[in-house]
Amino acid sequence: MTRKMTFGALGVKAVMLIIAAALLFAPFLFQDVRSIEVAARICIFIVLVASYDLLIGYTGIVSFAHTMFFGFGAYGAAIALKEMGPGWNAVLLGGVLGMLVSLVIAAAIGLVSLRVKAIFFAMITLAAASVVLVLASQLSQFTGGEDGITYKVPDLFKPATKLLVDDAGKVVKLFGVSLNGKIAAYYFVFLSTLVLFLLLLRITVSPLGTVLEAIRENDVRAEAIGYRVVAYRTFVFCLSAAVASLVGTVYAVWLKYTGPETALSFDIMIDILLMVVIGGMGTMWGAVVGAVLLVLAQYYLRDLMGAAAEVVSSVPLLPELLNPDRWLFWLGLIFILLVYFFPKGIVGTLMTKGARG
Amino acid sequence: MSLLKIENMKTDIGQYAVLHGVSFDVPEGGVFVLLGRNGAGKTTTLRSIMGLWTPSPGSVTFRGEDITGLHTAGIARKGIAYVPENMGIFGGLTVEENLILATETGSFDQARLKRIYELFPAIETFWTKQAWSLSGGQKQMLAVARAIIEPRALILIDEPTKGLAPSIVAAMAEAFREIAETTTILLVEQNFHFAKSLGRDMAVIEDGRVVHTGTMADFVADKALQERLLSLSA
Repeated sequence: MTRKMTFGALGVKAVMLIIAAALLFAPFLFQDVRSIEVAARICIFIVLVASYDLLIGYTGIVSFAHTMFFGFGAYGAAIALKEMGPGWNAVLLGGVLGMLVSLVIAAAIGLVSLRVKAIFFAMITLAAASVVLVLASQLSQFTGGEDGITYKVPDLFKPATKLLVDDAGKVVKLFGVSLNGKIAAYYFVFLSTLVLFLLLLRITVSPLGTVLEAIRENDVRAEAIGYRVVAYRTFVFCLSAAVASLVGTVYAVWLKYTGPETALSFDIMIDILLMVVIGGMGTMWGAVVGAVLLVLAQYYLRDLMGAAAEVVSSVPLLPELLNPDRWLFWLGLIFILLVYFFPKGIVGTLMTKGARG
Repeated sequence: MSLLKIENMKTDIGQYAVLHGVSFDVPEGGVFVLLGRNGAGKTTTLRSIMGLWTPSPGSVTFRGEDITGLHTAGIARKGIAYVPENMGIFGGLTVEENLILATETGSFDQARLKRIYELFPAIETFWTKQAWSLSGGQKQMLAVARAIIEPRALILIDEPTKGLAPSIVAAMAEAFREIAETTTILLVEQNFHFAKSLGRDMAVIEDGRVVHTGTMADFVADKALQERLLSLSA
């Protein structure tokens, strides 16, 4: 199935290549702990947002339970690593169990409530996510409660691990970067999320992706040409939940800590929604742009404003406006402007640039 | 044996009773036309056959099998295609994607595709265009093409000429004549000129009930009946 490539689409593809290259070489390009943290978080959120976009953007399902599935994956790995010790079998078992729990709950919610109106489904997912958040806080013997769980990860990811050593037994450096366990952990995150993202991308360009777009556009029409809409929606809900759960496991391994704030919080859900809207719904590339922009803003907007405030320190009022403590105000303003100038999200709007109908 | 048999179909939409016991038989082959004034219940009849509204009580029998209560997708898979009044295309998808959605295997039968190109040349011309960019007539052609991209036993078509230019209507009539050689068409139509040029059998619905059934030839010959049932100005 072919759609003509627009100039905007070419531009988007070019930006994607730049982002992919930046993430691939991040440990070598940005040699500080914070930058690697940001790069890993971007990788995680790209998949989390893309899996959510499969729901909201491609199928038209509004769910507030996405962080719940992310949390199942994270807590699965965290509990297994805590109980079984820092081995790969714990990561695997925890990840698989987390995913199975996600699949069972997604299937149950989907089959029961995807028949009803979208608003009811959204409310049910919100209720389920709230219950799980409360349970995670209260079942402290399993989840560590509000404090969460701290655990060790496989030896390969320990900072002291030497991936390559020279003749003197010292860790090999590449472009000035020590090839140690931290690098291994980053590439574990990068490669895992790359595989999951490519899987999601493959789904959206497959015949299934076309059916999902048809369902989003008009579910009655899709049903009338022979597609069981409830079955497709439930399948996609489960698929999206499974991917969110797997990326939750990856995040748990990266952070070495899992708690309500990092895995189940509604702040994460809001971030996902913002990223989808900023990037553009119904396009996997939108997840990439949305995740990159919002994570960068969350980490660097304060610094940027601090620097800007210094530059304009002689101008009245401006330094006060650019006070780093006001970063959330500016983030909100930027978000409003983005929505105003890119109503279909940045990628959604750019993709149509240069189109001739 | 009739291809489609509708017996005592009653359909409520919300608190309103729209069909009060519709019964008629659609024989196999040719075009069966359902006539009636605005609001008589023609579209509701088609939607009830497709399971988009649930008739209760009453029954819909297709090829001898009771399909009442089946879900819409199941009815479609039995071999009934539906072309709704608003064309029912997917504007965000390309012409090709719209058609491939209606195939069972995800690939085209080249002979059928060639036939569709012959019937509707615009389909081939705008193959890679997104459907929203087509004209009204082209959208209608796409909707009909989607209904015949796979072999179907019955196609339900709701007011296909509404809002179309006369030249497109003529092309559409020609296409329907060809399609009816191999597939039964149940056509709801307000344009009586169009309907009588195609119909072999017909029924008239009034206030949610069938008030007349017979052949189109007999109905066309009886001006008084036309005037009484439809207030037609032929």
